[in-house]
Amino acid sequence: MSSEKATAKPTSEYAVACRDLRHAFGGAVAVDGVDLAVAEGEIFGLLGPNGAGKTTTIRLITTLLPARPGMVEVFGLDAARHQMAVRRSIGYLPQQLSADAALTGRENVELFARLFDVPRSERRERVGEVLSAVGLENAAERRAQTYSGGMIRRLELAQALVSTPRLLILDEPTIGLDPVARDGVWERIQEVRRTTGMTVLVTTHHMDEADLHCNRIALMHRGRIRALGTPSELKSGLESGATLEEVFRAYTGDQLDEPADGFRDARRTRRTASRLG
Amino acid sequence: MAALCVVELQKIRHDRTELYTRAIQPALWLLIFGETFSRIQAIPTGQVPYLDYLAPGILAQSALFIAIFYGIQIIWERDAGVLVTPTPRTALVTGKAFAAGVRALAQAVAILVLSILLGVTLTLNPLRWLGVVVIVMLGTAFFACLSMTIAGLAMSRDRLMGIGQAITMPLFFGSNALYPVALMPDWLRVVSHVNPLSYEVDALRHLLIGIPGNLPLDFAVLVLATAAGIITASSVLGRLVR
Ligand SMILES: Nc1ncnc2c1ncn2[C@@H]1O[C@H](COP(=O)(O)OP(=O)(O)O)[C@@H](O)[C@H]1O
Ligand SMILES: [Mg+2]
Repeated sequence: MSSEKATAKPTSEYAVACRDLRHAFGGAVAVDGVDLAVAEGEIFGLLGPNGAGKTTTIRLITTLLPARPGMVEVFGLDAARHQMAVRRSIGYLPQQLSADAALTGRENVELFARLFDVPRSERRERVGEVLSAVGLENAAERRAQTYSGGMIRRLELAQALVSTPRLLILDEPTIGLDPVARDGVWERIQEVRRTTGMTVLVTTHHMDEADLHCNRIALMHRGRIRALGTPSELKSGLESGATLEEVFRAYTGDQLDEPADGFRDARRTRRTASRLG
Repeated sequence: MAALCVVELQKIRHDRTELYTRAIQPALWLLIFGETFSRIQAIPTGQVPYLDYLAPGILAQSALFIAIFYGIQIIWERDAGVLVTPTPRTALVTGKAFAAGVRALAQAVAILVLSILLGVTLTLNPLRWLGVVVIVMLGTAFFACLSMTIAGLAMSRDRLMGIGQAITMPLFFGSNALYPVALMPDWLRVVSHVNPLSYEVDALRHLLIGIPGNLPLDFAVLVLATAAGIITASSVLGRLVR
């Protein structure tokens, strides 16, 4: 490292670097010493069952929860010191519903364009671009309350994309969707990445998705990273034809579906559905 | 900041039913309470008919009701992407506060139209109308900040609803919205003096009906209260996400 003291200078070439990341809610430790490095341009999957600590990790990276200095760097900028710069570089799709059902698709995306200071002269065009990038150009004038689950997730993807972020952070982008809608969402994610070269950090509890779509995967369980590598690396230690599901079991000794905190998590993950009402 | 007010206008344009259903309560106050108390002349308001005296109070009340439940939105949006935008928290809070004001203004139109139909004489001076807009915006913004602060402390929708229900009526009755301060027992007079709603009503009465009031004082109180509200609400906003 150089000895420059200019604090705004990036100190690493990683899109995201976490060192000994920790967070506890009261006495409950949600993230327990996570080390991660996401390279620029890759699709990095954070895979783990409900309650593993994925969302908490994401919230620390996005500055929603306060990280201590030295814990999180986004494009080399410390998230504790350069909150605004970090937020500016991130497009974030929360696990919970973030689209406003009372507004049309276009109005929802426009709001984010304004909050990210997309210049007025480019706003219209930019909003139109991202709406078609997620395949909603024909539904843009309808209110979001008429959308299907998959359309809402794609709308939220458009909201996250409208600021042309360098890093796209997706927290369970396919949660609660049927297989067809899940494919629809992934298709759009892949296409956006192909055309922009954006870095994507995505969480999921679907093994098959991580296997199929991610360049590298970190297996997370009970606040810790248990294994890290490309899907084939992770599978290589086991018999040929092993699924990631089996990999997970091998690394943690646990069933994937084991509920860590059943009722609470069910309420949190389903709030998405009830808010649409 | 303006972005959130734009959103509020868009919502009002899409769905007017809330506007109408929310107009029912103030309409009842004017029609039943107002008409009855004008008839029995129980409340001395000098030369001014009681209904004229009451209309600005009901206008302020309806704005209060809109504002006090506005914090619920913030609870819903606690994890929504807006907090990960480079827009500072104070700007978000200010935007929300004045967005509540936009909604209150839409409501005010309905109440004032009804007042005119009931024979209330309102000012024709456009400058005074401009003043009404400013006062309603400030008053609503303050109570919306109060609501967001409670949201930040209560952390849950149900608790906010409960606290909201519990404080709206005391705020309303502990103000000059229904009766002159002169009629109040001493302890209530004290409450009314620290209640920003009283200053809002005083200003609206002066502007709409022409009843003498202390406009500079009202304005100063509302501006200071709103500024303090914005600062307080922004500082507790971060708690919501945790
Ligand atoms: N706001 C919160 N308050 C208290 N506990 C929380 C909160 N958010 C998450 N937790 C707990 O932290 C653990 C990790 O949660 P989370 O990060 O949401 O996991 P995941 O996203 O992997 O499902 C869980 O046990 C959860 O119950
Ligand atoms: Mg989660």
